[in-house]
Amino acid sequence: STDSFSSELPAPEELLEKAGGPMLDFSYVGIDAILEQMRRKAMKQGFELNIMVVGQSGLGKSTLMNTLFKSKVSRKSVLATAQEKIPKTVEIKSISHDIEEKGVRMKLTVIDTPGFGDQINNENCWQPIMKFINDQYEAYLQEEININRKKRIPDSRVHCCIYFIPPTGHCLRPLDVEFMRRLSKVVNIVPVIAKADTLTLEERDFFKKKIREELRANGIDVYPQKEFDEDAEDRMINEKIREMIPFAVVGSDQEYQVNGRRLLGRKTKWGTIEVENIAHCEFAYLRDLLIRTHMQNIKDITSSIHYEMYRVRRLNENNTMVAHANGIPEHHLTAHEM
Amino acid sequence: MCRLLTADHRLYHQTEPWRHPEGGCTAIFRCNVNGAASFAKQSSRGFVLRLTAATMASTEIARQAGEGARGVPLSGHVGFDSMPDQLVNKSVNHGFCFNILCVGETGLGKSTLMDTLFNTKFEGEPTQHNQPGVTLKSNTYELQESNVRLKLTVVNTVGFGDQINKEDSYKSIVEFIDAQFEAYLQEELKIKRTLHSYHDTRIHACLYFIAPTGHSLKSLDLVTMKKLDSKVNIIPIIAKSDAISKSELAKFKIKITSELVSNGVQIYQFPTDDESVAEINSTMNSHLPFAVVGSTEEVKIGNKMVKARQYPWGTVQVENETHCDFVKLREMLIRVNMEDLREQTHTRHYELYRRCKLEEMGFKDTDPDSKPFSLQETYEAKRNEFMGELQKKEEEMRQMFVQRVKEKEAELKEAEKELHEKFDRLKKLHQDEKKKLEEKKKSLDDEVNTFKQKKTAAELLQNQAQQAGGSTTLKRDKERKN
Repeated sequence: STDSFSSELPAPEELLEKAGGPMLDFSYVGIDAILEQMRRKAMKQGFELNIMVVGQSGLGKSTLMNTLFKSKVSRKSVLATAQEKIPKTVEIKSISHDIEEKGVRMKLTVIDTPGFGDQINNENCWQPIMKFINDQYEAYLQEEININRKKRIPDSRVHCCIYFIPPTGHCLRPLDVEFMRRLSKVVNIVPVIAKADTLTLEERDFFKKKIREELRANGIDVYPQKEFDEDAEDRMINEKIREMIPFAVVGSDQEYQVNGRRLLGRKTKWGTIEVENIAHCEFAYLRDLLIRTHMQNIKDITSSIHYEMYRVRRLNENNTMVAHANGIPEHHLTAHEM
Repeated sequence: MCRLLTADHRLYHQTEPWRHPEGGCTAIFRCNVNGAASFAKQSSRGFVLRLTAATMASTEIARQAGEGARGVPLSGHVGFDSMPDQLVNKSVNHGFCFNILCVGETGLGKSTLMDTLFNTKFEGEPTQHNQPGVTLKSNTYELQESNVRLKLTVVNTVGFGDQINKEDSYKSIVEFIDAQFEAYLQEELKIKRTLHSYHDTRIHACLYFIAPTGHSLKSLDLVTMKKLDSKVNIIPIIAKSDAISKSELAKFKIKITSELVSNGVQIYQFPTDDESVAEINSTMNSHLPFAVVGSTEEVKIGNKMVKARQYPWGTVQVENETHCDFVKLREMLIRVNMEDLREQTHTRHYELYRRCKLEEMGFKDTDPDSKPFSLQETYEAKRNEFMGELQKKEEEMRQMFVQRVKEKEAELKEAEKELHEKFDRLKKLHQDEKKKLEEKKKSLDDEVNTFKQKKTAAELLQNQAQQAGGSTTLKRDKERKN
């Protein structure tokens, strides 16, 4: 802003303390205006978010997406076809939306995986999903490696994969373990207990504890991953989240009248489940995590860790090929890489 | 609020938020073209517009105006409007870096201006100007204001314009700028890279200090700026502008601008595409080059201490906009466009450097099959080739060394052998001689013995003869003797 500097003068002692010594004079330079500049740029560019939903059919994936983004974003809602047949193999279908809130524009892409876990023999049903995720990394890498490349490389990488666990109440099924074990290595996985309104609170807590144990026992790192905590503050916040996952969610895009307010919920004969009431289910926690607090972090982990790992693997693959072609022993290749 | 576009390109603006009666979302839209109000309902086919007039209702399908993706209205607060905050928080935690290059002749007040801009004393004493060519001296400082931490790097050209022959003055500057691009490119091409924690040293802004002659640009200035304009954001400023009167200044600015234009020098334009800053930026663009005065000394004006330069005929206040353009420079450089300067450096100047460098090295985008790594693989392969060559050379040298050692060793062995042989020969010689001598000795001894025997025999005979008729013999012997 072009206001006179004297209107924003912090106390001199404060500045001194913060600067750690008599480096700053007691006048306003305007360095912190860069925050506003960044904000402006971000508003102008808009944001991109790509979420994948994985789970057997009937677990409420579409409804949850619609609930999360308070609009009909799922593919089913948009392409309302009469009957959705369960495909014979896992298909990957994505649909994009431009949404806007208070001037902030976002391109949201919801990637659906119909057919996952629906067959009698579900061996390798994660493969098409794995391939899709890697294909997005590949596309980004190709663009990044171009000589003439775009100003902003379009980001189609999957930032977050929500995995729907059926509310059996006992433990993870082998399919769940297998899928999460493999995919947690390439993408951020957020497991949720779907249709949690069939579990009592005690059953829910027991189930969650069991799931956490099984994840630990199988070495599965779901989001937020412990090893990517940046500092003590981060770790504190993330530990609290790690103690709560998987979130037990209920989705709904229907509003009902409850205590004089219109709320999203599911109406049953024995009561109305309020989706956004944390006493009823943990949808609000999921929404806060994914959207309100950790969205940027999810994208950062995807780009600076998962994508980089893919890139390293890919480049090394190529290097070994090249090295053998040139007759150079492999250990020379890594010598300068440290 | 979304906008709808009908098939015949009439645009409708949403005039109220979406409402949720049972069965869908509805809201009222108004047409840009004829002002007609329309009820719009969202359906699976898109949006259905229905004229609200009491006259007959007609429906038409409209889609949301926007690119590609379908736009959907939100029925409540989702919360992703916090994204800019999340992004800003992340950047605050990381810290920012900003790199300024000051190009200008000695004595134009470059260091003082930096001190004034950032309100601090950067260097202890003025730089030594005793190097022959143009050298670039870079210093990094950590500044903080409220919660923003800035790593500021100021690069100064020492000795610029001091030489008698200034033909090559620009070279070290261009080399320096390129070196920073190269360092970033190297990091970007590495296999294991850490771009998000990389300390970016690329020059974001180049302040070009023009001497306040009042006439025109020097040819050194034109040449240098022309060489730099495709590599860095140039902001030309008139230094020590308190030496020029107001009217001369206006003429000077016009002259400079026209010279820059006629020589095709591209200086940095403050961006005018964002409405919130377009106006101020375009005004400032017309004030370029900024006529600045720098000072870290404070003078009391009224009841405030201000930065100023005190002369017998008056005081030039640095932050007084009627005295000089310092405030404009600070506003543009720091408070309004710092982020844009960084972005332009990355998306324009760096990309250009990268493209040229890679094309120079022989890469092309054309072949899609070998592409993935035509870049990476050949770059790495070239590097490995080079390494391989180095290895080979090393081996060769080692071989040669070993060879030489062997040869020397052989030589020495030969010499040793010869010595041994010599020694043996001498020894043999000695032995022979010794033998000869012994033989001689023996023969001598034999002679002596024989002589002794003879002597003894002779003496015996003599004695016998003496005893037999000894005197006659003796007489005869005596006579004989006589």
